[in-house]
Amino acid sequence: MTEYAAVPRQREPAEVVAELDRLNVWFPTRAGVVRAVDGVSLRIRRGETLGLVGESGSGKSTAGLALLRLVDPSAGTVRVAGQDVTRWSRRRLRALRRRVAMVFQDPQASLDPRRTIGASIAEPLIVHRLVDGAAARRQRVAELLDLVGLRRELADRHPHELSGGQRQRVGIARALAGEPDLIVLDEPIASLDLSVQAQIMNLLRRLQRDLGLTYLFIAHDLAAVEHMSDRLAVMYLGRIVETGTPAQIWRRPAHPYTAALLSAIPVADPQVERRRRRIILRGDVPSPVDPPAGCRFRTRCPQARAECAETDPVLVEVDPGHRAACLFAGDAVRAMSVTEPRRAGGSD
Amino acid sequence: MSDSPVLDVEGLAVTIGTRRGPARAVAGVDWSVQAGQTLALVGESGSGKSMSVLAATGLAPRTARVTGRVRLLGTDLTEVSPERRRRLRGRHVGFVFQDPMTSLNPVLTVGRQVSEAGEEHLGLTRRAARARAVELLDLVGIPSAAQRVDAYPHQFSGGMRQRVVIAMALACEPDLLIADEPTTALDVTTQAQIVELVADLQHRLGTAVVWITHDLGVVAGIADTVAVMYAGRIVEQGPVDAVFAHPAHPYTVALLAARPDPAARGADLVTIPGAPPSPWELPTGCAFFPRCPVRGDARCEHELPPLVPVSGRHQVRTFYPQATDGEDR
Ligand SMILES: Nc1ncnc2c1ncn2[C@@H]1O[C@H](COP(=O)(O)OP(=O)(O)OP(=O)(O)O)[C@@H](O)[C@H]1O
Ligand SMILES: Nc1ncnc2c1ncn2[C@@H]1O[C@H](COP(=O)(O)OP(=O)(O)OP(=O)(O)O)[C@@H](O)[C@H]1O
Ligand code: SF4
Ligand SMILES: [Mg+2]
Ligand SMILES: [Mg+2]
Repeated sequence: MTEYAAVPRQREPAEVVAELDRLNVWFPTRAGVVRAVDGVSLRIRRGETLGLVGESGSGKSTAGLALLRLVDPSAGTVRVAGQDVTRWSRRRLRALRRRVAMVFQDPQASLDPRRTIGASIAEPLIVHRLVDGAAARRQRVAELLDLVGLRRELADRHPHELSGGQRQRVGIARALAGEPDLIVLDEPIASLDLSVQAQIMNLLRRLQRDLGLTYLFIAHDLAAVEHMSDRLAVMYLGRIVETGTPAQIWRRPAHPYTAALLSAIPVADPQVERRRRRIILRGDVPSPVDPPAGCRFRTRCPQARAECAETDPVLVEVDPGHRAACLFAGDAVRAMSVTEPRRAGGSD
Repeated sequence: MSDSPVLDVEGLAVTIGTRRGPARAVAGVDWSVQAGQTLALVGESGSGKSMSVLAATGLAPRTARVTGRVRLLGTDLTEVSPERRRRLRGRHVGFVFQDPMTSLNPVLTVGRQVSEAGEEHLGLTRRAARARAVELLDLVGIPSAAQRVDAYPHQFSGGMRQRVVIAMALACEPDLLIADEPTTALDVTTQAQIVELVADLQHRLGTAVVWITHDLGVVAGIADTVAVMYAGRIVEQGPVDAVFAHPAHPYTVALLAARPDPAARGADLVTIPGAPPSPWELPTGCAFFPRCPVRGDARCEHELPPLVPVSGRHQVRTFYPQATDGEDR
């Protein structure tokens, strides 16, 4: 693509597909400036899945949208395929949105109800002028339907004639149409039924294996993120507070917030649940308009000390490839008090 | 603990009249819940979880035809007048739904809403009811309840609103709490708070709880008894330990296996092909037959399997009970 060749390549390692560098996305509102993303740096390498987790409102979607420049950064840099796209014009952004595709949570809302499935999948092919002629386009749509495991006849149907799982497959086919470098998956399984979630996760992983895709996988469901991801980033109030491999984070969370999050995930085993000790966080997430000074987690952190109000912790390495933004990374979690098991053991 | 159930449902069926014809939302279920105990109803979307508890408590839509027997504290709700049913419900049953705003009035203070139930059903004076509202808000963990009692719902976060709804549900000291996906819209950390809160209140007050969810992890944490629903019927039910350790219905087995398991990273997840049948065309045989990995026989396709005992109170509705020993745990 000439658009890409026109800008000299940055001196980034070639395998970084997309990158956020000290990114701020702030939204001015009547209640004040919402610091949705506030100093986030992350890199996504070719062929990997980076999982992004965190509570509602922590800024996950906003970070994902920034990669497509669907929100405007207030500060910092967005790089895609080595190019700084932070200030790209609307016209150039069209090329970016071929490079980075997005799949949304609600497949119902992301498809035009009046259009056929085929027309929805063909849209990126037309916008990005990827195939010439109606026949070639039909052929490509049929191939995309094959890829996501849908029957070709569905091309003539409308979204309301499909199940939720089928609609999400259409969303994925649409995302694949532009042969993107990166697909941002924003809660792609959250609105689906249990048995269908597993189908979609398997599909995404198969596509990644077969086509060498790169994913940013955003989700609430930590078990799903753990299953899907090569690396994880945990967000809290606009910041990344911990990154590492799922194994590192599951085995030895180094940030108190991550430890609390992990301890809150219910496990489908009554014996385990009965014996479990939970870290119950008190209170609510503070407003992103006025985040606490110092460590943002300190208002809910069971380990907060006086220093935590003074210093804003940065991500520090606790193990190779494993970093946490806590002044007492590692130690704080080890010292954390946990609640007593809810009920005495013993079954009926 | 007394043995007579707080709520006892027998042969409950709900058919809803729609433009597309009658929809069989609930096709005949039996369950009961004892004081201090939690029954979890689990199943995929549309399996009839909500409709079965709504119909049991007399809240089914007017277009619904409800049959079967429902006894609340021994009174047959299907035989009393709608007015008496409403009063019994108001006095003995508290509800918590997925979206707290369906229960909250945006233009009334939370204190007013919590005290209303106490005034109406316990005959408290306004002053006493307000004091009690503060007490209840405090009980459900609203910080500085004495001040927040005059706040409006929009001034609370989603998790805090759900606590307010729980306070409202508890205001008349119900014998039964019905919680329909109360934590589905919440973060796991908030979910943990709410689960803890309900368990603690239940422990202190001896409330019976019916908790609807589609999260098997939540079931494992809260339930004494679990009923797995599929296409309007209970396909498996029993003590939570028995059902999780020895799931006997092919559907339950598949559901438990479809969850990502940290021990089996990298492997494909077990999936259930296809989707549940629609309530307009429930099959005559086993509703799970078209998706069933066991692939039984013509009997599965044409005959409804009876609910048969596996062991003790553990029952399953299949011609082919699976012998599982939970080796994957
Ligand atoms: N366009 C906008 N204008 C103002 N505030 C916004 C806007 N978009 C997002 N926000 C706010 O920014 C914060 C981060 O929102 P975001 O949607 O990124 O969170 P999230 O982590 O994706 O949450 P969820 O898990 O609920 O999807 C929230 O406080 C949100 O209310
Ligand atoms: N008011 C209604 N009119 C027509 N059909 C309805 C109505 N309410 C529910 N149904 C149908 O009845 C069936 C059972 O619905 P119900 O709400 O009980 O399911 P559920 O198990 O609670 O599902 P979910 O997990 O999505 O809440 C569904 O097929 C649903 O479409
Ligand atoms: S820096 Fe302090 S408040 Fe922040 S997470 Fe660490 S211990 Fe908690
Ligand atoms: Mg989001
Ligand atoms: Mg429901």
